[in-house]
Amino acid sequence: MSYASIVWGHLRKDLRLELRTKDSINGMLFFSLLVVVVFALAFDPTSFPTIARQISGGLMCVAVLFASMTALNQSWARELNNHVLDAHRLSPSPASALFVGKAIANFLSVMVVELVLAPVFIIFYNLHPLGDSWKLLLILPLGTWSLVVNGTFFAALSLRTRNRETLLPLVLLPITMPSLLAMIQATTAVLTGDFEPTLWLKVLVAYVVVFTTICVLLFETILNAD
Amino acid sequence: MMTVSEMREEVAGTDAAIAVRLHRVSKLYGSFVALRNVSLTLPAGSSVVLLGENGAGKSTVLKLVSGLASPTYGGVTVFGERPQSQRGAIGTMGHATMLYDELTAMENLTYFAQMNGLGESRSELEHIAASAMREVGLDPALTRHVSEFSQGMRQRASLARVLMAKPQLLLLDEPFSNLDIGSARGMVERLIAYLSEPGEDGLARTLLLTTHQHELARPLAKTTVTLSGGQISLIEGDDAVVAGTEVTA
Repeated sequence: MSYASIVWGHLRKDLRLELRTKDSINGMLFFSLLVVVVFALAFDPTSFPTIARQISGGLMCVAVLFASMTALNQSWARELNNHVLDAHRLSPSPASALFVGKAIANFLSVMVVELVLAPVFIIFYNLHPLGDSWKLLLILPLGTWSLVVNGTFFAALSLRTRNRETLLPLVLLPITMPSLLAMIQATTAVLTGDFEPTLWLKVLVAYVVVFTTICVLLFETILNAD
Repeated sequence: MMTVSEMREEVAGTDAAIAVRLHRVSKLYGSFVALRNVSLTLPAGSSVVLLGENGAGKSTVLKLVSGLASPTYGGVTVFGERPQSQRGAIGTMGHATMLYDELTAMENLTYFAQMNGLGESRSELEHIAASAMREVGLDPALTRHVSEFSQGMRQRASLARVLMAKPQLLLLDEPFSNLDIGSARGMVERLIAYLSEPGEDGLARTLLLTTHQHELARPLAKTTVTLSGGQISLIEGDDAVVAGTEVTA
């Protein structure tokens, strides 16, 4: 059986579980929409369109980041029920396939939230991008993947700790700071049109390649830790 | 060119004929000593029931043999190799079902059949899962999620998950807990049938089981090993089966 089909098996299982329980998606949607609405109430974006363009990239990232934290913890918590994780540890299939499948499932969940969030953002903040808006189709998936791949890895790392909900943001935020910075800067560049997002896109691509490789290579050690 | 029987004789003389070997194994959890200098050798084909009070170290032995835990001191081999490299040959059923509550039994078993590399196509995996369910008396057409199963059905689904991979070594941790007498006897009969089938490479299948319900496990037990305070205190049964075992009385 090929590696891709095993990844697909894990992905299909995770998506099926999420569709049935909606554990992650409901929490993420509620949290991210709350962030958008609260900031829209805090100041009037329509009166300050330039400021709105300058800060909405960062706001979007904050909403996605904190919302995805809940999903990342949840995605591994279901593997602890009935000790299913032990079945994975005892399985002869490659451990990294479990990680890749789960990371893709988390990525798709967060992307769904972003797809709901984007039009709400545009309406509430009256956004009209002044740069090449098609570049957002590269920036958002790359930035989201960089958050999710590290988040999935560190959520697995903190799985057996007592305060995993607290530990994950503590570990994840410093690690993802370069990709967060690149994502925010690139989004702001597209929204304001003040500068080119190309450099920040390159940083994102490099970050994604490096950290995806490290996480995939190290996951088996994490999974089988005594 | 060697014949198959010659090859089997040769294998029987090697470490592969030894299903499980624990050599001077100690396991510490912090300062708590779960196992203390335990040595135990189980030839292939042996059926061993581990007895002992709570905290005696029974589950720790199974964790070490399955590869879920590593010994603090000493060594553990399964068919002559590290347990972690024999994953396809080991089937483990623990206290928990190791099944997803929100999936049906059929979905669970199809998924785990794929993860164990038991088939290539979707239809092949589903066929394997359905056969495994029928063998333990579950209907593959059940649409209820595992969370809606009775405890007996959950245990049977868990047993199906383990047996469908046709492991050479079966590790069962309290498989009869929470089962009524009828369900437990049904499980024992299924296990006896499974162990009587020939395994791969001509080696007989091996069973290592922990239980508090010794009477239920009696038809399965060729040998009984009693643990006390992390040490082997008593071995009863076929001496040849546990040849090489060191008893610390």
